[in-house]
Amino acid sequence: MSGFAKPLKIALGLIVIAALIVVPMNFNRYGLFILSQWAVMAIAAMGLNLTLGYAGQVSLAQGAFVGIGAYAAAIMTTHGWPLPAAIVVAIALSFAVGWVLGYPALRVQHHYLAFVTLAFSTLAFLVFRNESWLTGGIYGISNIPRPHIFGIATSKPLPFYYVCLGSLAIVSLAVWWLIRSPWGRAFMALRENPLRAQSLGVDTRRYTLMAFAIGSALGGVAGALYAPLTQYIDPVPFNLSLSLDLLMMVIVGGAGFFLGPFLGAMIAVLLPEWLRFTEGYYLMLYAIAVMGLLIWSPTGILGILDRYLAERRTKAASALRAVAKSRLETVQ
Amino acid sequence: MSNLFDLLVAGLATGAIYALVAVGFTLLWQTSQTINFAQGEFVMLPAFLMLAAMHAGAPFWLAIILGILLSMILLGLAFKMLLVDPMMRHGVLPLAIATMALAIGIKEAVKQFFSAEASPFPSIVPTGDIAILGHNVSLQSIGVLVLAILAVFGLTALLNRTSLGHQMQAAAQNPTVARIIGVPVERMILLTFLINAFLVALASLLITPIYLAKFTSGEVLGQAAFIAAIVGGFNQVRGAIAGGLLIGVLDNLAAAYISTQYRAAVPMIFLIAVILFRPQGLLGRAEERTV
Repeated sequence: MSGFAKPLKIALGLIVIAALIVVPMNFNRYGLFILSQWAVMAIAAMGLNLTLGYAGQVSLAQGAFVGIGAYAAAIMTTHGWPLPAAIVVAIALSFAVGWVLGYPALRVQHHYLAFVTLAFSTLAFLVFRNESWLTGGIYGISNIPRPHIFGIATSKPLPFYYVCLGSLAIVSLAVWWLIRSPWGRAFMALRENPLRAQSLGVDTRRYTLMAFAIGSALGGVAGALYAPLTQYIDPVPFNLSLSLDLLMMVIVGGAGFFLGPFLGAMIAVLLPEWLRFTEGYYLMLYAIAVMGLLIWSPTGILGILDRYLAERRTKAASALRAVAKSRLETVQ
Repeated sequence: MSNLFDLLVAGLATGAIYALVAVGFTLLWQTSQTINFAQGEFVMLPAFLMLAAMHAGAPFWLAIILGILLSMILLGLAFKMLLVDPMMRHGVLPLAIATMALAIGIKEAVKQFFSAEASPFPSIVPTGDIAILGHNVSLQSIGVLVLAILAVFGLTALLNRTSLGHQMQAAAQNPTVARIIGVPVERMILLTFLINAFLVALASLLITPIYLAKFTSGEVLGQAAFIAAIVGGFNQVRGAIAGGLLIGVLDNLAAAYISTQYRAAVPMIFLIAVILFRPQGLLGRAEERTV
């Protein structure tokens, strides 16, 4: 993205943010629901992008953390606790479980790690489904209240959309700061060359666990927002396919790019809705679109942009060189 | 006691089918580093192809042949040419994600073009019970077991006894050297994709009479095959066979003796334990670490 001039980038960002605030004001209930869902999924995908895109640790369990967060929020808020307290608990819980899930990553990598996390995801689903004393089992938990923020009720779709959008903004800023901090650099070092990172004094053990724990905690945040968004949860949305969907969002958007999860979540949540006019075919077309995109650019949408900008930079640089050379010649 | 015997036989029969699917899965991994997340859907689809052929008026035997041929074209040839070939050089993860999308695509296509309802599927083995050692055992379990074992033996014989099999193994183990000594590596890779398609079509034919043909039935199967492949050893055909049988039996015994609610958890916990303590699998050899 560094090819654009900085003021242009800031202006573009402000326009998008303004659009996200203003445009949905006259959306109907369903449109707002979908857009809120986009914000929630973008948070979860951002967490996974941290684990996978920046630290290079494959995880097929992000959906389970969304589930953990959602159940924590649902159970607490239906027992009269405020949502912010539930979010704190969801973060703490997902962080702790994510930390523990990181331990296998210290022993095994790549596809083995993928399968450990896949197994964890299935186990979490079984717990959601079977421990009905806590989770309501297959009947789930209903009547999840939406919070009052600064004394304003958010039970209507529009105010709650702003809650989701605001949370997305806060999480984005936090992640933006994190990946520019020494921690973010350490994560990237872990991805690029763990052995070298270790020899340079990066505590790879601690950062691997951290990458899992922080990524998972963001999954928990997304879950804690998902529960009041749908106001009813049961185990089905948190099965393995959510984890796979989130992984798809990260890769399709562009793993390791800050904006990747936003785009990926947009494709995964909004594209099927736009394709609804094709009725029964929409998921099929979605699948074909994802495959086509990955064949075209395995590094995702932002990979295309990145390549394009890199090419333009090289061209510009060689043009400059040519100019400099001809000037040199005319001087002589 | 009779209960245990029945459970073992039923477990081995399901396990033999898992083994077929898992063997195909490991073959793809070995030759082209493809982690096929659509493997379960690959098993689901051929049954529908056969059903479609029967709806068009073909007799059962012809439908089977057509189904297997179509699977080899679609799930072998087309899968390799259209999806795997363009993506192979970009690493494991994008291709794995693409197969996830493919899984969604296949499921939705079957739901849309065929039916969202479960359809019955005729069995190629006669139904009924026979007495073995004083136990009544369903003919279907025995038939499935025998056919699956035959297929696996056929495959191992092909891989270990024939020149073609040796070339395939060479292409999988060290493509560069294989190419130097004149093995047509590309053709060998294509062959493993065709073999995988054949195996999944066979598995489909064997398992669908038991569990009905449904567009979602691939999910469970695919997971069982992953687990079997990893538990046995990701890089070994015989590992995948052992893993398949083990998971089939374990699953059945867990359902009977531990808890029906957590039956799916037992293979998962087993999987985690194997990966953590013996990541190369029970029968696998360790993969060298790059870096």
